[in-house]
Amino acid sequence: MNTRDREITYREAVREAIREAMQKDDRVFLMGEDVGRYGGCFAVSKDMLNEFGQERIRDTPLSESAFVGAGIGAALGGMLPVVEIMTVNFSLLALDQIVNNAAKYLHMSGGLFNVPVVIRMATGGGKQLAAQHSHSLEGWYAHIPGIKVLTPATIEDARGMLWTALMDPDPVLIFENNTLYNMKGHLPANPVPVDIDHAIVRRPGTDITVITYGVGLFKALDAAEKLSEDDIETEVIDLRTLRPLDDETFLASVAKTHRVLIVDEGWRSGGISAEISARIMERSFYDLDAPAERLCGVEVPMPYAGHLEQAALPQTEDIISIVKRMVKSNG
Amino acid sequence: MNMESAKKGERTDIERGHAFHLLYEMLRIRRFEERCAELYSASKIRGFMHLYVGEEAVAVGVIDALKPEDSVVATYREHGHALIRGIPAGAIMAEMFGKVEGCSRGRGGSMHLFDDKTHFYGGNAIVGGGLPVAVGMALACKMKKEKGVTCCFFGEGAVAEGEFHESMNLAALWKLPVIFVCENNLYAMGTALTLSESVTDISKKAESYNIISDPVDGMDVLAVEKAAQKALTAVRSGNGPYFLECRTYRFRAHSMFDPELYRKKTEVEEWKKHGPIVRFTRYLKENDLLNDKDLDDIEQKIASEIEEAVAFADAGRPEPVEDLTRFVYSEGGKS
Repeated sequence: MNTRDREITYREAVREAIREAMQKDDRVFLMGEDVGRYGGCFAVSKDMLNEFGQERIRDTPLSESAFVGAGIGAALGGMLPVVEIMTVNFSLLALDQIVNNAAKYLHMSGGLFNVPVVIRMATGGGKQLAAQHSHSLEGWYAHIPGIKVLTPATIEDARGMLWTALMDPDPVLIFENNTLYNMKGHLPANPVPVDIDHAIVRRPGTDITVITYGVGLFKALDAAEKLSEDDIETEVIDLRTLRPLDDETFLASVAKTHRVLIVDEGWRSGGISAEISARIMERSFYDLDAPAERLCGVEVPMPYAGHLEQAALPQTEDIISIVKRMVKSNG
Repeated sequence: MNMESAKKGERTDIERGHAFHLLYEMLRIRRFEERCAELYSASKIRGFMHLYVGEEAVAVGVIDALKPEDSVVATYREHGHALIRGIPAGAIMAEMFGKVEGCSRGRGGSMHLFDDKTHFYGGNAIVGGGLPVAVGMALACKMKKEKGVTCCFFGEGAVAEGEFHESMNLAALWKLPVIFVCENNLYAMGTALTLSESVTDISKKAESYNIISDPVDGMDVLAVEKAAQKALTAVRSGNGPYFLECRTYRFRAHSMFDPELYRKKTEVEEWKKHGPIVRFTRYLKENDLLNDKDLDDIEQKIASEIEEAVAFADAGRPEPVEDLTRFVYSEGGKS
């Protein structure tokens, strides 16, 4: 156990979380493509094979459906599997297992069989990996009742959410934004499991609320810092969990600031931002001084060229200009 | 001993009590499902319902060879498997009636029968979708060093799915204690095996993954039982998975909505002559192991069990609508 505050990377935080879980509980094991000898495609599980052996760090064939389904079966059989899918794009090959089995067994069985599996995967663009490796589909998964959808943005959440997810009796999907793995941050001494039920205000403000998650959090915080120089105080909310959504935290913020911008990398139509916007309209319409707005990924398969990719993703500058316009509008 | 190897009139080594048991279990499934069909017509049962009529020897022969600690993963055509595994007939019928007393509280219906006491994990209605789950359950058993075997049923239609091949590979690669039972009834819904597979010898597909693979006459309950025992002995010894291809035939339509345009009536009639129940009954009578009085007794006992099940289901309660959103997430408790 580390007794002093430290600077570590997001990648190291996830690795520490898995290691600690495996040390604490024999039922926990990691399985996925290249998690062992290769060390994980994002190097999250580097050296773990040596520490835990191939029974508990399981390299799988390229069979997303089979090894995700095997994770579900192992969870039914009393284990606590952590299944790693390289990226959310590949998880589509396992969609049947996630949606038709993991999310539904408890209900179909009338409450008899819960599925305590944790499925981790990388998400997001920004690395010029083009159309089949760069999308953010976590909002899609948030559509499905029966699973929980976590999007840790901070080092502390990357470190603390895994154990909470493993102790949850139901299937939990964890989305790690691929641009965050190298991010360094502060981890308090003796890290503890964190709750996965609440959104959190990461920066208080009075003029407008920006609701976001994942890598969007850091863009929003950057924007808020710059806006503050123009005397615009932005409240930044990190959703942390996309399903179930913590309505109360963002509705309370909207009641205070009366303006809201929702930022996510996913495509705009039918996305998580649309859901949040609808909830605000249903419950906080009369708190608003201006229409709720969304800043989302542009609706295009991700292009390879760097300048086009950046243009397809929400940027700090976009947040700043939209916020300035919204705050200037009459209230 | 199977029926083919015993000549007419030749005394066999089958014990009379056991012979009665096998016949009784096959007839239980048959009569239960005939009653289900009537109740479907009477609108007591709704949704999709798939009958197992003609294939009973497979579930009976295989499940009879399992132990209580083993687990079963079945398909949407699973009334028979559920009955034989020991889920009470009343709980199955109540499930199909959509009552809270049903084995899945009326949340699952005919296609999703579940039971924790007998380790019965569905009732899976996505073709091929149960195979990866069965592989994972076997993995859990192996990692926990427990003795159980996972028994996974699926139809030959599933063989065309990628999940079948991924699961064969993983189970063989990791030498997992799972027995795959392919119920090859020659039709995937209405598409004949010859129209959907480039290689129609299914046991060869499992063999290609280095899995020991036995084709067996799925209309002969003794042959199925013998093959299942051999398979389970091999799996229990830690040698990895085993594959049984049970060649069988579905006498009735795919589901209650199927007009059966894809096969000839004469083909069905021909198969019925070799049905698992008529064949085993004839065999037992020829060997003086069964008389008409015995058969009457069996039928009566089954009839009363089924009527009790129907009465139980009829008397069941519909779940209050206020409870609609229960069981989406677990209610309290930790994993």
